[in-house]
Amino acid sequence: MNVVVCVKQIPDPAAPQSLDSGSYNLNRSGKLILDEADTYGVEMALQLTEKAGGGEVTVVSMGSAADLTGIRNALAMGAASAVVVSDDSLRGSDALGTAKVLAAAIGRTQYDLVLCATESSDGYTGTLPVQLAEILGLPSVTFAKSVSVEGGQLSVQRQTEAGFDDVVCPLPAVVSVTAGVVEPRYASFKGIMAAKSKPVDQPTAADLGVAAGAANAGQKIVAVEAAEARQAGEKHVDDGDGADKIVAFLESIKVL
Amino acid sequence: MAISSIWVVAEPANGSFTTTSLELLTQARTFGATITAITWGGQAASLAAIAGEYGATTLFDAGDLGGALAGAPVAGAIASLVASQGAPDLILIPTSYDGRDIAGRLSAKLDRTVLTNVTGVADNGGIVTEHPIFGGTQIAKAQFTGAAPALVVVRAKSFVAESAGGAPAAVQSASTGDLGATNSAKITGTHVEEQEGPKLEEAAVVVSGGRGLGEASAYSLVADAAKLLNGAAGASRAIVDAGWVPYSFQVGQTGKTVKPTVYIACGISGATQHMVGMKGSKNIVAINKDPEAPIFQIADLGIVGDVHKVLPALIEKLKSR
Repeated sequence: MNVVVCVKQIPDPAAPQSLDSGSYNLNRSGKLILDEADTYGVEMALQLTEKAGGGEVTVVSMGSAADLTGIRNALAMGAASAVVVSDDSLRGSDALGTAKVLAAAIGRTQYDLVLCATESSDGYTGTLPVQLAEILGLPSVTFAKSVSVEGGQLSVQRQTEAGFDDVVCPLPAVVSVTAGVVEPRYASFKGIMAAKSKPVDQPTAADLGVAAGAANAGQKIVAVEAAEARQAGEKHVDDGDGADKIVAFLESIKVL
Repeated sequence: MAISSIWVVAEPANGSFTTTSLELLTQARTFGATITAITWGGQAASLAAIAGEYGATTLFDAGDLGGALAGAPVAGAIASLVASQGAPDLILIPTSYDGRDIAGRLSAKLDRTVLTNVTGVADNGGIVTEHPIFGGTQIAKAQFTGAAPALVVVRAKSFVAESAGGAPAAVQSASTGDLGATNSAKITGTHVEEQEGPKLEEAAVVVSGGRGLGEASAYSLVADAAKLLNGAAGASRAIVDAGWVPYSFQVGQTGKTVKPTVYIACGISGATQHMVGMKGSKNIVAINKDPEAPIFQIADLGIVGDVHKVLPALIEKLKSR
């Protein structure tokens, strides 16, 4: 079974984030890392292909190829190859534009299943997996917290507001997985060395015959304003009296 | 451009629409536009009164979907309606699992961008949407520049739902069109993991736990405190992902949005993802070992201390009252 995993390299979420002043695009000038949310999809793909007794995992991404640390990380975990669509014309693409590009890149590979995170940790639009499925003409199951494949059919536990649903779906399909669905493996030293020579195809938008980018986005950020700020209140270092402070506070707001 | 026609995706739930759907219908009325609701699930006839009460004149029914996940068939029905009726100016969609699926499918079908995580919609010489960013510390305003319809996915509790007492909406059926393989994901079982006591989204008191609890068994402290305060227990994404509590407990970006009278965060550092879901609480109390934890920046009362000491002491005091 061949599995494609859509991944994204993002600025380290632990570092302070900012928007470029003119374009309001997220500042991506610093180091890029593999979105932690994507490591679950990579791990899931590796486990599914291992269980199926064959097949390859391909990671597909759109974004700057100047720093491929995050992509190499996915390859070091065990993915066989990568496709990184890197093209300045794609800068400022919305989720639909990105989905068109990824669909075109995925369309050039052999796949039975496409895995995505439920949303990226920097943009969190959360619609890309389904847009991708629609463009590829495939069924989709989002928010999967458990995935198995048996006889060409997917069985998924999908999160709902009240709990979860059991969902079955034929392959090929697009599935978005939640964090925690599996425990991502750490890359071994051998894996890291092997990743250096694994193929990373870097087609342009023209190679794929798609157009995206800010001009096609259909939306424009016109302002960024400070939200109504909450003021930090009293900060008290617990000295055995923390619970008393909380009780007094709850009394003052008439909850007690 | 004045907004003259708005469609609202009205998600069915427990014999009514979800609260977020009712919030969207209420907000739609402020534009003075014609409001059309779209629903599914086989109960449209009995929902016509509620749709009308909240301002919709027409309720389109996509049918019971035959066990399929809602995304593909409902988006198919809306796309067919756009083709037959013409595009509305605006389609409002609730942020929910099915809502996001419908929005994504519809976006690709209609070749329109989709605006997500929206907390405000205004008509300012065109549609302008508000999106909280960086944990809600800043608001980005986006102008919709594309051709109609604007697809806008709105977060829960962005508006307050209020009935307007309108006459029942006229129910019309909507065909989902030919969906091919896209409609082949089917629900075979449903599991409810809701907790006892008040619902998380509606409770006046929410006590939430995070990674700072150290281990799954310590979550019982959070549950006990919530129960003693007649509140609901919540959780950060970290401990939901770790499998300590079911997903239905999660507060945050991908979880539930809560606005209780008081939110008590126990061992939660205050990641962006979490803050977006609870920042609107009237009062916030935080207990955390790390004095630099971001949660303290928005807490009305911050206790710098060990949750394993503060919570048991609090529970004892509540029990003795």
